[in-house]
Amino acid sequence: MRGIKKDFLGVHVLHGIDLECAAGEVHAIVGENGAGKSTLMKILAGVYTPSAGEIIIDGTPQKFNHPLEAQQAGVSIIYQEFNLLPDRTVAENVFLGREPKKGFIVDRAKMERDTAKLLHEFAPDDPIAPDELVGRLSVAQQQTVEIAKALSLDSKILVMDEPTASLAAHEVERLFDRVKRLRERGMAILYISHRLKEIFELAQRITVLKDGNKVKTVNADEVTSAELVKLMVGRELDQYFPPRGDPSKRGDVKLRVRGGATEVLSNIDLDIHAGEILGVAGLQGSGRTELARAIFGADPFLEGTVEIDGKPVKINSPKQAIAHGIGFVSEDRKTEGLTLAQSIRDNVALAWRGLARGRRSQLSINVKDLCQAVELRSRGGLGQEVRYLSGGNQQKVVIAKWLATEPQLVIFDEPTRGIDVGAKAGIHDLIRGLANEGVAVLMISSELPEVIGMSDRIIVMRNGQIAGELPAGPTEAEIMFLATGEEDIEAKTEADLAKIQEELSSAGEGGKS
Amino acid sequence: MSTSAAPVPEGPSGVGEGAPSALQRVFGALRAIPVVWYLTIVLWVWIAAINPLFAEPSGFLAYLKQAAPLAILAAGAFFVLASGEFDLSVGSLVTVCVVVAAAISDGDPSKTWPVIALLFVIGLIVGLINGVVTTIFRVPSFITTLAMLLILDGAVWLYTSGSPKGALADNFREIGRMGIEVPVIDQLPYSVIILVAIGAFSAWLMRRHFGRQVLAVGDNDRAAALSGINVTRVRITAFVLSALSAVIAGILLGGFAGVTAQVGQGLEFEAITAAVLGGTVLGGGRGSVINAMAGALALTALFSWLNLQGVSGAFEDAVEGVIIIAAVAVASYRLREGS
Amino acid sequence: MTTSTPPVAQHPGPAAQGGSQRSAASRFWRALTKTTTGQVYLALIAILVICWAVVAIKGSNLLTIDSITDMLIRSVALGIVAAGQTLVIIGMSLDLSVAWVISLTSIVAAVVMDGSNGNIVPGILAVLAVGAAIGLANGLIITKLRVNPFIATLGVALIIQSIIESNWDGVVEGVAKGLENSLGYSEIGPLPIAVLLLAAVYLAVWFLLRYTRFGHQLYAVGGSEEVSKLSGVRTHRVLITAHVICAVCAAITGLYLASRLGAGSPLVGTDGGYDLESIAAVVLGGTYLLGGRGSVLGTLAGVFILAILDSTFNALEVNAFAKDVARGVIIIVAVAAYSFRAKGRRVRKIGAGPAATGNAPQTQTQGANA
Repeated sequence: MRGIKKDFLGVHVLHGIDLECAAGEVHAIVGENGAGKSTLMKILAGVYTPSAGEIIIDGTPQKFNHPLEAQQAGVSIIYQEFNLLPDRTVAENVFLGREPKKGFIVDRAKMERDTAKLLHEFAPDDPIAPDELVGRLSVAQQQTVEIAKALSLDSKILVMDEPTASLAAHEVERLFDRVKRLRERGMAILYISHRLKEIFELAQRITVLKDGNKVKTVNADEVTSAELVKLMVGRELDQYFPPRGDPSKRGDVKLRVRGGATEVLSNIDLDIHAGEILGVAGLQGSGRTELARAIFGADPFLEGTVEIDGKPVKINSPKQAIAHGIGFVSEDRKTEGLTLAQSIRDNVALAWRGLARGRRSQLSINVKDLCQAVELRSRGGLGQEVRYLSGGNQQKVVIAKWLATEPQLVIFDEPTRGIDVGAKAGIHDLIRGLANEGVAVLMISSELPEVIGMSDRIIVMRNGQIAGELPAGPTEAEIMFLATGEEDIEAKTEADLAKIQEELSSAGEGGKS
Repeated sequence: MSTSAAPVPEGPSGVGEGAPSALQRVFGALRAIPVVWYLTIVLWVWIAAINPLFAEPSGFLAYLKQAAPLAILAAGAFFVLASGEFDLSVGSLVTVCVVVAAAISDGDPSKTWPVIALLFVIGLIVGLINGVVTTIFRVPSFITTLAMLLILDGAVWLYTSGSPKGALADNFREIGRMGIEVPVIDQLPYSVIILVAIGAFSAWLMRRHFGRQVLAVGDNDRAAALSGINVTRVRITAFVLSALSAVIAGILLGGFAGVTAQVGQGLEFEAITAAVLGGTVLGGGRGSVINAMAGALALTALFSWLNLQGVSGAFEDAVEGVIIIAAVAVASYRLREGS
Repeated sequence: MTTSTPPVAQHPGPAAQGGSQRSAASRFWRALTKTTTGQVYLALIAILVICWAVVAIKGSNLLTIDSITDMLIRSVALGIVAAGQTLVIIGMSLDLSVAWVISLTSIVAAVVMDGSNGNIVPGILAVLAVGAAIGLANGLIITKLRVNPFIATLGVALIIQSIIESNWDGVVEGVAKGLENSLGYSEIGPLPIAVLLLAAVYLAVWFLLRYTRFGHQLYAVGGSEEVSKLSGVRTHRVLITAHVICAVCAAITGLYLASRLGAGSPLVGTDGGYDLESIAAVVLGGTYLLGGRGSVLGTLAGVFILAILDSTFNALEVNAFAKDVARGVIIIVAVAAYSFRAKGRRVRKIGAGPAATGNAPQTQTQGANA
């Protein structure tokens, strides 16, 4: 790939990236969220056409207008977001677009046989029936199907975008064996991952992307992981976090949950005090987001009691939660937080407009002041559509939206996901600022340093329950112990610890980009 | 991110690029005017060139009077479209209004006002049913309102056995036909007054909480719901507004069209065409109600222009079909390209 | 393609094995009660019984040979359109132009045949060509211009309407007697030819959906156009094909109606309400209105349900327009019932994760321990 550029809606996402991958090589691509890794790979796969630059395969320049053309040129890709149809069977998914034919008709028997064989090779101890609907499979099984689908193409170039996000350790090992064998067979493999350990295990060369630019391509045996991280974030690893709150200033209990349960959660006992940041850690699927949604009334508690300021309340909808002074900065800004085609002004006022008339008239808002409070900078003025803002500024709009309702409790779910490093500190300052003003804060994060650096207290989720609580400043090992439920974690080898650590820190990032 | 610590979050666009010249500013302002207005004005001028009468107040007011029902329907359609839904039942509702009014009042002027009140009640009920079935029972709105169309049409035929009975009282018909005598311009039609009032009311509504909520719901109903907006109520209200606009259009149309079972036929689609021509985006979240109404003015002008060109009435449908496909295609192209 | 072909019959998981060991009878029972199509047929039987009983109370019989034949004949026209409509709806599209296509093609048949039996074949070809051309237009507008299918096909309907209204204003004579005597009113054994035509169309569409690449890919495109495209499916081609077949089905209906009337008619399509009725039949048949799920056999049951209701209303001498009202209500109730079920299914599928989330493949990554 040479000089690849890509613009979206006038925003430059990639600024001329060169990349090469030899046959029989695993070439890793690393970079923070939003660095442009997935976009680059989608260009290679023919999903997007580049605004400039060219793709050369085996010396021949290629122009892909459709993923099928890339497929035919020998490129296959394992997507980060699952690329499967839940209403179709496993075999139909694996062979979608190139169903084997016998004469005029689809050879279903062959399709299912071949699928079974592929799956068996990859996961012999977790049999997946080829005629099962994909929607009925577990997430790990779906990941297996996704991988089988890409491998069945038998292509020259394989792109793997975070393929291990939801695989168990032994499945990861099997995948690696497979990747190594493919490498030996002369396949060119582009491997995207957050897990540095995997990268060092597999890759010969590593290309670091940052903000749509290529920082450097290095040989894997000439670089340490610390150096790699430095290249990725452009600075040392130790992050800045605002100072913690003064424990003596911690207020009364703002929100109290006793015996809270939903279909996923059980035995939730929780106190959040005014003026504190309560961090929530846990592996992907442990019920972190579900806890937030339950408190916020989006998927309300089915059992248990909730008290605010000591008074029992019923919260069965976001509207009621907001009326009780709760705000929710959700994980996915674009689908749950913002109305992208509307102006900054309308987005900031959105939650305020939903308030009851009486409450609304008490709170006259000034959008300009709110934007100043969150240090939102927009060149286009307050009338600009929020879809043109950067991730960090979009998140500030969401926070301003909740400030407008003068909340007593704000829930942050992955507050800095997809936000560049510079803007992260700003968001952290805002969160701490809220707590210092006496707002109770519940902050969910899959980034352990963030949870540890920000929280006054930490609860760790596991299997839909609160596995334990930790005071400010625990070690990552303490959190992991609670998150995984491994009793003998002390006895684990260094390597295993590192693996869990990486799993934990990138766990939440498998689902969304 | 700028590194400056000064909190200057807001600035006019183009700050730092040097002040735009006066000419640039004029061009900028002209470009900000939606295309539909240029289209409308070009058609007006063209029609006036062919038929000078059109340029006179009475001629122009006659045109506005003719365009009023469609423009009012377009305003109603706008609310539903902006909230991300469709309403295909308005044409049939117009018919219901005319037929019911004729049958009940049967030419008796004293019944006019009670009948009008009844029509509004009918509109309210139809709008509520459309909204409730769409939001609470989760039936796609085009199915809900198509079925409502069937039901209303069936009800009209059931009620009239095919040939509408009765007649509209004179004072009922005056609403659509007559106006206030004004010195210079002869007569200011009531329908034009109503049109302007509804335009003003709709524009006001769009600046209020409700209007902003309609756009937010149409843009992203999940985000709106998580922000505490009552999505169901907003959508139901939009359907009610659409149905009420149909009632008003029906009252006006009763004035100059006869009492037939076809009076509202095809109006639902014309209203959507007008709104789309005015830049309303199907799927919701974008558009302006005034531009949607301008779309109706343009469409009416276009039909008059076609008439003047000697194009047969049957051809109007084809023109409408082409316009709506083209308008939606252009809108989806522009959304994709982000211009 | 995989390079390996050796048989691996022993490999399929136990789930697949267990399924094939059940007896044929229990599998049939499962298919009847557990699949949507099976449930639609159960509903069909229930409705038939209820209607028969209601009519019997009134003192007449719904199920004489004559009236059954009558119901079948009445199902032919709607059934053929609905088969085509099923295809586009599975592909998450829609065709509201079918009623006008029916009218136009009935006229085309009359004009081209011009009363001569020798022109039957050119007439049929012309009808099919007109249908295919309109379907192609629909498909191109929807895929290449990205116009909402509902607007696109209504726009095309308006254009066809104009063409019809500016050229013909009444019944157009000229359908060949030969067609009338064969397709229109003749029988092979006990079955009218038209019913055989209906059966042939359903067999063909069923085969297309189940056994061809087109069918597989159509379900995929309806399930998620994005996923299909990423998997290398030419999504536009698939959707355009579906639209062409749908319009051709409408054209066949137009031909059939022309053979019944012995003439073309500008209003035969719209008077029959074939646009809405065909969608109603598809929806009643259990096909998901938002694409990706459904079966054409279910649609056939939907068509029969509508025909039974129709005959029942006739037997009970219900006013013709009250039938319209009843039909509107039925459509809404059916869609509402299915959309509630679809909602329940989705929640179950992703565990109790964020229930309000939109498309399934993404959400599955969240509910990890569902």
